[in-house]
Amino acid sequence: MDVQAAKMIGAGLAVFGLLGVGIGIGNIFSSLIQAISRNPESKSQVMPIGLLGFALTEAVAIFALVIAFLILFL
Amino acid sequence: MAVNSITLPNPLHQFEIRKIFHLEFGGLDVSFTNASLFMVLTVLCIVGFMSISLRSPKMIPDRAQIVCEVAYEFIENMIHENVGDKGKCFFPFIFSIFFFILFGNLLGMIPYAYTFTSQIIVTFSLAILVFFVVTLVGFIKHGVRFFTLLVPKGLPVFLYPLVILIETLSYLSRPVTLSVRLFANMMAGHTILKVFAGFSVVMGVYFGIAPSFFTVLLLGFEFMVAILQAYVFTILTCIYLHDALYLH
Repeated sequence: MDVQAAKMIGAGLAVFGLLGVGIGIGNIFSSLIQAISRNPESKSQVMPIGLLGFALTEAVAIFALVIAFLILFL
Repeated sequence: MAVNSITLPNPLHQFEIRKIFHLEFGGLDVSFTNASLFMVLTVLCIVGFMSISLRSPKMIPDRAQIVCEVAYEFIENMIHENVGDKGKCFFPFIFSIFFFILFGNLLGMIPYAYTFTSQIIVTFSLAILVFFVVTLVGFIKHGVRFFTLLVPKGLPVFLYPLVILIETLSYLSRPVTLSVRLFANMMAGHTILKVFAGFSVVMGVYFGIAPSFFTVLLLGFEFMVAILQAYVFTILTCIYLHDALYLH
């Protein structure tokens, strides 16, 4: 197989981690919406935790993406 | 393949470090680079903004003073909620970290500016600083009892060896995760922007409009990420400090 082709297939495989991240971010925001709609008073306390969880989960997606970029462009 | 016939501009080119003038100190290359230039600019921006807006503080604040006060109260609240009352003395530390990262990220969003937070050595230096401060604070406050941080309360004794091993590893990997999170977010974000901008160049005048619109959307997303990642770095520092000060 051509090295260039193998690189592109590898980069595609590297972003498979986004599957789990999509599920994770969906879970976080569904729980956040449920928490706020059940108790709107708690919004100011729940929102920072939700955003923190979002950022931490998204970081995993970014790790996968960085690996894909490194394979593609380096 | 069609993509290979037209050469895309390398999206990693923007992270290249260029020397502005050469400097050597004790055999080490400590040249002033574009990364150093933007770090200096960041510090100048923060100090300049704070000192200009607080030049003559009034009882009824003007607009610039209100921005300063909001920033101050934001960090104060963050420390109050996440560190606790003992964390008051760490206010300057947390404040500097937050605004250094925030202004660094935001200055990097200006076209042709350099994002120094996309260099892993910069974020790793910040993270290792946080790590050493937290560890030192823990040992100074608690002495040898600081090691009880590695054992959660109410755990059966036969699990101790396993848990201590895992907790030690996770404690030692803190600076790595802290730095890689910030570095990877900034680097990937800027690379995606460049990749989509490259698409709109390659796809021509008519079809190139679609990636351009997407680039605008991504730009907005990148501004959110720049602010959010500075917040995440600071709040994790606060949580680590809380662990060291109160031991669970």
